[in-house]
Amino acid sequence: MRLEKRQQTSPLAWVLAPLGAVGFTLLVSALLVLWAGAPVGRTYLLLLQGGFGSVFALSETLTRAIPLILTGLAATVAFRARLFNIGAEGQLYAGALAAVAVGGAHGGTGWDLPPALLFGLMLAASALAGALLLLGPALMKARLGVDEVVTTLLLNFIVLLLVSMMLDGPMKDPTAMGWPQSVALLPELELSKLIAQTRVHSGLLAGMGLALGLWVLMRYTVLGFDIRALGANAGAAAFVGVPVTRTLVWVAVLSGGLAGLAGAIEVAGRTSYLTLDMSPGYGYSGIVIAMLAGLQPLGVLFAGVFVAGMLVGADSMSRAVGVPTYIADVIVAASLISVLVAGALAQYRVRWK
Amino acid sequence: MTGPVLSLSGITKRFGALLANDAISLELQPGEILALLGENGAGKSTLVSILFGHYTADSGSITVFGQALPPGDPRAALAAGIGMVHQHFTLADNLRVLDNIMLGSEPLWQPFTRRAAARARLLAVSQRFGLEVDPDAVVGTLSVGERQRVEILKALYRGARILILDEPTAVLTPQESEALFHVLGQMVAQGLSIIFISHKLAEVLRVSDRVAVLRQGRLVAQARSADTSQAQLAQWMVGHAVGAPQRHPAQRTGEAVCVLRDVCTPAGRDRLDRVSLALHSGEIVAVAGISGNGQVALAEVLSGTRGIASGEVRLLGAPLPKSPAQLTALGVARIPEDRHAVGVVGDLPVWENAVSERLRSRLFSRFSWVRRRAALAYAQALIARFDVRGAGPLAPARSLSGGNMQKLILGRALMHPAGTGTPRLIVAHQPTWGLDIGAVAYVQAQLIAAREAGAAVLLLSGDLDEVLTLGDRVAVMHRGHLSEAVPAAQWTRESIGLAMAGARPHEDAHAA
Amino acid sequence: MSELQDILANPAFWVAVLRIATPLILGTLGVLLCERAGVLNLGIEGTMVAGAFTGWLAVYAGAPLWTGVLVAALTGAVLGLLHAFLTVVMALSQHVAGLGITLLATALSYYGYRVSFPKVATPPTITPFAEMHWLGLPVLSQQTPLTLLALVAVPLLGYLLYRTPLGLALRMVGENPHAAEGQGLSVVAVRSGAIVAGSALMGVAGAFLTLSAFNAFFFNMVNGRGWICVALVVFASWRPGKALLGALLFAFFDALQLRLQQAGSAVFPYQVYLMLPYVLSILALVLVARKASYPQALMKPYRKGER
Repeated sequence: MRLEKRQQTSPLAWVLAPLGAVGFTLLVSALLVLWAGAPVGRTYLLLLQGGFGSVFALSETLTRAIPLILTGLAATVAFRARLFNIGAEGQLYAGALAAVAVGGAHGGTGWDLPPALLFGLMLAASALAGALLLLGPALMKARLGVDEVVTTLLLNFIVLLLVSMMLDGPMKDPTAMGWPQSVALLPELELSKLIAQTRVHSGLLAGMGLALGLWVLMRYTVLGFDIRALGANAGAAAFVGVPVTRTLVWVAVLSGGLAGLAGAIEVAGRTSYLTLDMSPGYGYSGIVIAMLAGLQPLGVLFAGVFVAGMLVGADSMSRAVGVPTYIADVIVAASLISVLVAGALAQYRVRWK
Repeated sequence: MTGPVLSLSGITKRFGALLANDAISLELQPGEILALLGENGAGKSTLVSILFGHYTADSGSITVFGQALPPGDPRAALAAGIGMVHQHFTLADNLRVLDNIMLGSEPLWQPFTRRAAARARLLAVSQRFGLEVDPDAVVGTLSVGERQRVEILKALYRGARILILDEPTAVLTPQESEALFHVLGQMVAQGLSIIFISHKLAEVLRVSDRVAVLRQGRLVAQARSADTSQAQLAQWMVGHAVGAPQRHPAQRTGEAVCVLRDVCTPAGRDRLDRVSLALHSGEIVAVAGISGNGQVALAEVLSGTRGIASGEVRLLGAPLPKSPAQLTALGVARIPEDRHAVGVVGDLPVWENAVSERLRSRLFSRFSWVRRRAALAYAQALIARFDVRGAGPLAPARSLSGGNMQKLILGRALMHPAGTGTPRLIVAHQPTWGLDIGAVAYVQAQLIAAREAGAAVLLLSGDLDEVLTLGDRVAVMHRGHLSEAVPAAQWTRESIGLAMAGARPHEDAHAA
Repeated sequence: MSELQDILANPAFWVAVLRIATPLILGTLGVLLCERAGVLNLGIEGTMVAGAFTGWLAVYAGAPLWTGVLVAALTGAVLGLLHAFLTVVMALSQHVAGLGITLLATALSYYGYRVSFPKVATPPTITPFAEMHWLGLPVLSQQTPLTLLALVAVPLLGYLLYRTPLGLALRMVGENPHAAEGQGLSVVAVRSGAIVAGSALMGVAGAFLTLSAFNAFFFNMVNGRGWICVALVVFASWRPGKALLGALLFAFFDALQLRLQQAGSAVFPYQVYLMLPYVLSILALVLVARKASYPQALMKPYRKGER
C-alpha cells in the first residue's frame, strides 16, 4: 500500500475535499446522536440554529469565536515554522493572569495611570507573559534539540497550577466570598460591546485585525519569508541566510503573545475576572482551528466561527434534546481528521501495490 | 544452464508525463557481466528497481531462471535469487553489521534469533568471496568501502545468483574500484551473473562482457565490450558524436581572494584537520576525494554554515564573515551539494528562491517589507538568462526537474543585481552530480566563464574526470587533510587514487 | 529530614510507588514500541482515556475484570489502527494525527460516559482488581495483577526487541525503512503492527486507572500521564529496562510529594508539590537531549519507492 502523487489536482478537488470531509463527519456523528436516543435531523437542526439561527445565537457564536480566533492564529504562526506549540492553553492563562495583575481593581498595580496607558500596558504584559512561556521550549528546541511538543504540553499543567496558587493567595478577590477568583479588572479597562445587548465585544475587531496583520506579515515581509522557509526546509533556509534561532524567537514571541492576548481579551471582554475554568480548552481548539484553516491566517477567521458555532449550538441543543455537549468536540475532532485525509487524497492516490 | 538466466521483455514505466522506460527488452546470460550504461536520467536505476520489485512496470514481463517473476515484490525477487546493491546504501547506522545482513532472512513469527548460526554463515560467505567484514561492528563506524562490502554481503548472504550493482564505483578510489572488479570476477567464477550500472565508459569496457546502452528510456544499442570503444559508447549514450572533453587552462591568475591557514573544525564525522589553501582570482582549484573525508566541512566553512575551531580564514584580506547573508553581500557564490535538501525550499515559489540569498539587501526589501515587484522582475531575468524551464516563477520550486533546479541555484549564485560586482569567490560542491550530459556541460561552462570574469573557483567533486579537466590546480582531501594544490598536469589518475586513499605524494616536494 | 526518613521507611510508601508507576510503565512501553518503529504517537493521552472508559464500561455491564482489560486493549488497538492509517498509509503529519486522535478519543469517551449516565449524583462504581495477597512478597502482595503484568512486560518487550526476528524488523523499520523494504519486509505492515500493539498497551494503561487504582471513571482522570510517558521514552533512550527505571523514578517523586503534603510540611502551597512531576519531566528531557540516540527514521514519513 502506498501513495502516488496525482498529476494534477483540480481546483474543484480543493473545494470538495473539506466539504466532503465535514459531510462524512456529520454522517458518522449521526450514529452518536442515535446512540443517545435523539432524532438525528432535529438534533442537527437545533445545533445549527443554536449556533447561527438567530441574532442572539450569532452573537454568542461570535463571542465564543474571539478567543478561538486568537489561539488559532497563535497555532498558525507556530505550526507554519514547524514549532508545534501545544502550550497555548497555558499561555492564555498566563496572559490572563498578567492582565489582572496589571489592571486589577484592588491590589492591582496601584499605579495612577490614565486608563488608555494602563490598557496598553495590560495588553503588553499579557502578550509578554505568553511569549516568555513559549520562548523557553523554543530555545530548548533550537539549542538542545528537545522536542517542543512535550515541553509545551507539560507547561500547560504547570501554569494552571501556578494560576491556582495565585488565586488561592496573592491574587484572590477578597470580595468574592471565598470563591477562587481573581480581583476584577478596573471597569475602565473592560472592552466595550460591539453590538448592544449582546456579549460580543470589540475583541472581535482585535481578532480580525490580528488575522489580517498576520496574513500581511507572512506574505509581504522578510520575517514572513523566514518563517515559511524555516518551516518548509530548515536546512535550506539556514543555507540562504535565514537567521534560524532569531526567527524561532520571533515565532515564539508572536505565537505565545497571541495566546497571551487571547487570555487578556477574554478577561477584558467577557468575564472581567480570572477563574480557573475560564477556558474550556481554547488553547487546544486553536490547534484544530489552525489545521482546519490550512494554516492560513484569514482562514482562521472562518474556521474559528465554525468551531464556535458548533460549541455554542451544542450547548443549546443539549438543553433541548439531551444529547451531551461533547458531541461538538467529537464533530470538531473528527472534522480535523477527515479534512486532513481528504486533503491528502486530493493530492495523492492510494495504490495497493 | 542453457538460455538466459534473466529475461526482460517490453518493460515500460511512466512517472506522470515522464516515460522512464520505453519497451525495454534485455537478456542476461549465465556467468556474464552485463553493463547497463547511460547518462543520468536515462532510466537505468528505474529499470533495475523494477527488476528488484521496488516499482511495478506498466507493461512487460520478467523471467528469472525460466520462471515468471511476480512484479512489484522485493520478496519475490529475493526468493528468485536476485540481489541488489543500491547506489545509496540501505543500511541502518545504529545497528550492527550482522543485524543489517540477517534482517528478513528468518520468518517473523519465529520466537528466537539464531544468531550464532547466522554469524557462521556470514563468515563462510565472506570468505568465499573474499569480502572481509566484522559482524559485530556498528555500521555507523564503518568507512564507505566497508559499508559497500556489507551491502554486497547482504545480497550474497541471501543466496543471490543474479547480482545488480548500481553505480558501485561512485564512492570508491581507483584502487578500491580495482579491488571490486576483482571481487566481481570471483563471483562470476562462483556461478553468479552480474548487472553492472555505470556511466563511466572506461570502467564499463574494463569489467563487462557485454554492454547495453540506454538513452532517454529506450535501449538504443547492445554490443560485446570487446567489439566496441569508448567513443562509440559515448555516441550511443548521447545520440551524437562526442568530442573528448576540452581543457580550458586559466589565462592569468591574480591576487589571493580567500586564504585558509591551518583550519580545524570541531570534532565530528566530517571534519577539517589543519587545512591550508589559497584561492586566487582567475583560477579553478578542484578538490578530489571520496565523499565523507571533509569536503562537506570545507564547503560549509566557506558557506557560512559551520564555524571553525582553530586556524583562520581570510576573505579579501578580512576575516571570513559568519553569516551567509554577509558572504553573499561580499561576493561569495555558493552552490550546495544537495539541491533538494539544501539548495532550494521546495514548497516556496521559484521567485522567492531566486532572491532568497539577497532578500535582506536594500534591493529587495525595505524596512523588512519585501519589494515584490523588484524581486519578481529579478527572478524573471534569472529564469531567462539561465534557461530555467518549468511552470514559471510562481510555481513551487520542487516542481522543477533536477537540471532546472540546478540552473536556478546556479543563477541565484552567479547572477548579480545591477550595482553589485561579479562574484569574487565561487564555492561549488558537486555542482554536476546527477545531471545529464547537456546540463553538466552547461554548469561547467558557467564555472569557466565565471573564472574568466575574475572569480576564484573552488570545485569539490567526486568525479575524477571533472576534476582533472576543469581544475587548474588540484588537491586531494583525505580524512580532513588537504594535500598541496598543485597544477593538474602534475597528477595522474594513479597518483590521485593513492592520495584519495591516504598516501601523500606531493608533501615532500612542496613543503608548506 | 526525619519526615523524609519516616516516609521512606514506611512500606506503604513503596506500595504507592509501584501503583503509581504501573500506568506509566505500560504507557511508556507502548510509546516505545511506536517510536522504535519510527512513529511518534501523540494519541496516547486520548487512548488512555478511551481504554479507561471502555474497560470500565465493560465491567460495569457485567463482564469479568480481565475481559474489561481485553476490551481496553482492543479499544487501544482500534485507535492504533486509525493512527497507522493516518500516519503510515496517508503519511500525514505524525504530530497532528496523534493530537487529532487524542482529541477525538477523549471527546468520544466523555460523550459515551454522559450518554450512559445522564444524571448521576455520584459516579457509578465497580469492584476493582483485588490485591494479590497470595503472593506472599513484601510490597508486591499489595499490588493488583495489572502491576504484575506491567513488570513482566518489561523483560518480555526487551526479549522481543533484541532477540527475535520480529523485533529486528521493527527496529530496522525505525532506523532505515528503505533497508527493510530492500530485504523483502513490508514497512507498512511492520509499522502498523507496532502502532497497533503499542496502542493496545496504552489502552491497558488507561484501564489500570479505572479497574485497579480507582473503581470509577471520571473526567480528567488521565491528567497528562500520557504526555509524561512520551517524555519518559526519551529519558529511557528507547530501551525497555530504562523505561521501567524512569517510570519508577517518576512515581517515586510523585508519591513523595503527596506524602510530604500530608505530613504537614506546608512550607509550600500544595500546588507546588503537584507541579513537581511535570517540572521533573521537563528537566529529564533537557538532561537527556544532548546524547539522545534517536531511531534514525523517527518522524520521517516513508514513501515507498521515493529515494
